[in-house]
Amino acid sequence: MRGAYNCIVMCLAIPGRVEEITTDGIIRVGRVNFGGVVKRVCLDYVPEVEVGDYTLVHVGFALSKIDAETAEQTLEDFRALGVLEEELASEEEQLARAAERPQSNCPDGSCEIERS
Amino acid sequence: MKYLTEFRDGEIAQRLAREIRAVTTRPWKIMEVCGGQTHSIIRNGIDQMLPAGVEMVHGPGCPVCVTPLELIDKALAIAAQPGVIFCSFGDMLRVPGTEGDLFQVKGRGGDVRVVYSPLDAVELAAKNPDKQVVFFGVGFETTAPANAMSVHVAKRRGLKNFSLLVSHVLVPPAIEAILQAPGNQVQAFLLAGHVCSVMGYWEYPPLAEKYGIPLVVTGFEPLDLLDGIRRAVVQLEAGRHEVENAYARVVSYEGNRGAQKQLGEVFEVTDRAWRGIGVIPKSGWRLSAGYREFDAEERFRIAGIRTQESPLCHAGDVLRGAIKPAECPAFGKECTPRHPLGATMVSSEGACAAYYNYGRFISAEELARAAS
Repeated sequence: MRGAYNCIVMCLAIPGRVEEITTDGIIRVGRVNFGGVVKRVCLDYVPEVEVGDYTLVHVGFALSKIDAETAEQTLEDFRALGVLEEELASEEEQLARAAERPQSNCPDGSCEIERS
Repeated sequence: MKYLTEFRDGEIAQRLAREIRAVTTRPWKIMEVCGGQTHSIIRNGIDQMLPAGVEMVHGPGCPVCVTPLELIDKALAIAAQPGVIFCSFGDMLRVPGTEGDLFQVKGRGGDVRVVYSPLDAVELAAKNPDKQVVFFGVGFETTAPANAMSVHVAKRRGLKNFSLLVSHVLVPPAIEAILQAPGNQVQAFLLAGHVCSVMGYWEYPPLAEKYGIPLVVTGFEPLDLLDGIRRAVVQLEAGRHEVENAYARVVSYEGNRGAQKQLGEVFEVTDRAWRGIGVIPKSGWRLSAGYREFDAEERFRIAGIRTQESPLCHAGDVLRGAIKPAECPAFGKECTPRHPLGATMVSSEGACAAYYNYGRFISAEELARAAS
């Protein structure tokens, strides 16, 4: 059933812990840790967020601050469902996955799961 | 199938399901708007935990599904041009246009990149001043703030070689279109949690009032969904129609005001064609006059695109909630994820693909009901 959540990049936001905050001259940027994977994230939309806080991140943008307990629980659920792996895959991983898939209209290769 | 009961919250889930059963006295149809929620419902077997009369109807909230074929064809045409770096989320790579997909364009020498964030595309534009860098910006209100900020940053940095191929769509006009459709049977909606984390839910009380329907802001995890459904049923049974927030740990009434301000600056409301549904008035965003120079459609002026959808496909009925995927005559026969006829089977967020992948074929009972 791996891959069932492959294609929800545009739907879901993932919680992460802010480890560092800087600015690039135009926007406020942070390094955010998503259960071990660290990404560069724009923090402009969450001016209230400080180092150590948890925030909900969608395609590299923090959208809201959330409490640590909620964040950790959601992270755990998303990890169990394979969502983290899919959301945070590198370009190489994503291209490799696309290459493995048959020429198919199905974005996530879930068509491999045949009718049972 | 990984059912909810296997998760640590199985007990709470069973309790919520019992509460739903206890309050339900007659049949109700509830639509979850978001494709991520559809997936979670089917994957976790939530619909099967509900009392017989409470039916989940799957909505149009899959960004891949509702992106018009014409726009995908434009993406392919732009990505194939020399001197272009075409950036997209991984979701769109293998979504077919009339001829081929982005991954095939890459295989033929097109410079197609997968990025984590649209800001990565802005960086690419800064590092490659001799190339045109295009970002494929589709999606609902959740994704729009990222695209708005990327265009804003590109403008501030004076990048003339960055543009956005944009087709943003909005939830409230889609809900209104569903409610206005002849024969609509949806009696309540679960609102998409992460859309509301950006937009809040201040837009929705007039809809609840005008159409007399409960609207419940709902999250994605199994317990969130069960709680959202429970609250919708409680309202329906009590004859109430309010906007209720079942996802308060993430969503506030106001939403993210900073993001909304940026959206208002960079985008303006426009009519949008939804694949399988048609044009819904004022249902999307395009770049506003101040940012029009970053519109890839203006910059590349792709002409001569002709698209045709399959006459067998009932994706529009599925997206409006008029039929369940398995009620479509082509479902699982002419139409499978490997050979999809319509958008709802193309995307794994689509309701047809979700049904197919989780083995939800029509039951004898459903068949009898559909035939009657």
